[in-house]
Amino acid sequence: MTTRLRVLDDGAWISVNDARKVRVSELWRLDAPDLCECELTDLVVENFQSVGVDGSTVEVRVYGQCIACGAAGTTGWIPVGRVRGGEFAELDRSAVRRVRR
Amino acid sequence: MPTDVENWKSEVYGSEIRDRLFEFAEQGFDSIPDDERDAWFERFKWWGLYHQRNGQEGYFMMRIGTPNGVLEPGQLRVVGEIADEYARGPGTNPIFGDAYADFTTRQSIQLHWIELSDVPAIFEKLEENGLSTQQACGDSWRNIVGNPVAGKDGQEVIDAWPVISDLNERFKGNDDHSNLPRKWKVSVTGSADGSGQGDINDLAFEPAYREVDGEDVVGFNVRVGGGLSRNEPRLARDIDVWVSPERVPDVAGGLSALFRDYGDREDRYNARIKFLVDEWGPEKVRETLQEEYVDFELESAGRDVREEYTYNTGAGERNDLVGVHDQKDGANFVGLNVLVGRMGAADVLDLADLAAEYGSGEVRISQRQNVIVTDVPDDALDEFLAEPLLEHYSPEPSPFMRGSVACTGTEFCSLSIVETKNRQVRFARWLKANVDLPEGVDEFHIHLSGCTASCAQPQIADVSLRGMKTRKDGDPVEALDVGLGGGLGDEPQFARWVTQRVPVDEVPGAIANLVESFAAERDEGESFRAFVARHDDDELDAFVEPEETDYEDPMMHNTKRTWYPYAEEDAMEDAPGVPGSPAGD
Repeated sequence: MTTRLRVLDDGAWISVNDARKVRVSELWRLDAPDLCECELTDLVVENFQSVGVDGSTVEVRVYGQCIACGAAGTTGWIPVGRVRGGEFAELDRSAVRRVRR
Repeated sequence: MPTDVENWKSEVYGSEIRDRLFEFAEQGFDSIPDDERDAWFERFKWWGLYHQRNGQEGYFMMRIGTPNGVLEPGQLRVVGEIADEYARGPGTNPIFGDAYADFTTRQSIQLHWIELSDVPAIFEKLEENGLSTQQACGDSWRNIVGNPVAGKDGQEVIDAWPVISDLNERFKGNDDHSNLPRKWKVSVTGSADGSGQGDINDLAFEPAYREVDGEDVVGFNVRVGGGLSRNEPRLARDIDVWVSPERVPDVAGGLSALFRDYGDREDRYNARIKFLVDEWGPEKVRETLQEEYVDFELESAGRDVREEYTYNTGAGERNDLVGVHDQKDGANFVGLNVLVGRMGAADVLDLADLAAEYGSGEVRISQRQNVIVTDVPDDALDEFLAEPLLEHYSPEPSPFMRGSVACTGTEFCSLSIVETKNRQVRFARWLKANVDLPEGVDEFHIHLSGCTASCAQPQIADVSLRGMKTRKDGDPVEALDVGLGGGLGDEPQFARWVTQRVPVDEVPGAIANLVESFAAERDEGESFRAFVARHDDDELDAFVEPEETDYEDPMMHNTKRTWYPYAEEDAMEDAPGVPGSPAGD
């Protein structure tokens, strides 16, 4: 089954199969040493840059800022959820996300 | 590889969207095929319909494009009636009520909570009265902006209104220009005050003199590639072209076609013409325009009047069009302050009546989200100014009311990070009650934008506020970055972002402390913008001293996680659902 993944409305949200599933303005905890020197980046998601899939894992690259240290930039690929049986399940928002590639 | 949006546009775009839109409206929202919703919502924008953010599925923002902000006699009443009848949804705004209209920074009008099934009736009413939503959003010629009192302004160098009307006629519904790589924002200004804000548009025509056959002729200099969005603000670049009013459509159409053909259709983030001008430089833009898009010799730039610009400059006369001003025909135009650009539907109708009673019935919208009643004769002025409605929409407001501009924010917008309009109203009220500007400072512009899209034009304000997040006592709260010292004029300057992530409840205190430092440290007669210019970022950051005060902010939480920030039961699971659908209502 094909899953349609898109970044839409100037990077405001991720569409999965024509439904809005992941949105900007959330705070994500990231293990992203390339982005900042904080032990964990406290990232406010400002814009989605791109969306892709690795196996069943939906991944995004986002522009955002660490609200602890102020470093801003575009991340590597970060998991946001999984597609199983054609249904998307978002990762728990409190989960620590690791840049995968 | 072309983007999905480009593929959808290549299949169906422009005028032809309308038939399908009306079919969906007749058959109901659920008739839009599940696997085509992204495509249709993208296309609907071309007809001025923007799907509201998640939690508000099935409701649309509708933008009415009013060229140069001109509402001819009777048109404001039509807008008020439509707002009253159709712009009512399941959420009530605690400040503005159930039905309202927003006047935007690009001289358009936005209505919210529009249901798809009502669109044909609304379009019919708009079009019967000479109004339209066509190309109000989407990748094409947007609403053309300028000095809203074109044709009437006593300070006018050239009447730009016939030029704007002509451009609007030629490029709305024009198949050759209906599918551009991205939006195309045009400003045409004929006054010497800079009120068309050309510097922040994709294409700007600004008044300029040139000697033609031994005589000084008034026409326009051309600038290309301005814009504020995405942390990449640019001032429009001078391409060294002067054009006569008669040939403006040729140059405008040539540049629009150049953008159509050479703009980036593979990366929407890189699609605006400002990035093409970055890449090419203004000389190549001019050369390509000359060689490929116009069939006459372009003139080099003429003598401009930028030194006379005052609008949004932070000093001097007429930083906005609020107040009573002379028209060149001896009548008056009266600019009324509409705080954050939002007016309740009943007030819109009252204003329409007052405009008809005291003026010609015409009303115009400025880029500072205010309204202007034109054609008020001297002998009717006092009575008009004494009308009770003008106590709220004042021609002589507090500087903090007058200077406030705010975008839509998380109330309806997908991209915004924070709530904006109600917050800016609360900020302005608190500042008016608690802060005094130094002697002689009558203007103090504070613009609040919910994100980097910059719809409130934060970079050209004295105090720029931009949506962010921070933690306060460990909890995530809405916050604002603070920029200072932006403004237009002969030498435009974008604000410098000096203080980051101020919790929203500490922003009024921060502005109060900033004003106090300004009052204490300014040189005699110094404007705020000049004061900012002579301090470095660290000094300015120290002046912005965030502080809790008796200001209270009821929307500190993540308003984006609500279906509507002001609803009593505001959680996403309490969202009302699609109107008219079995799951909704």
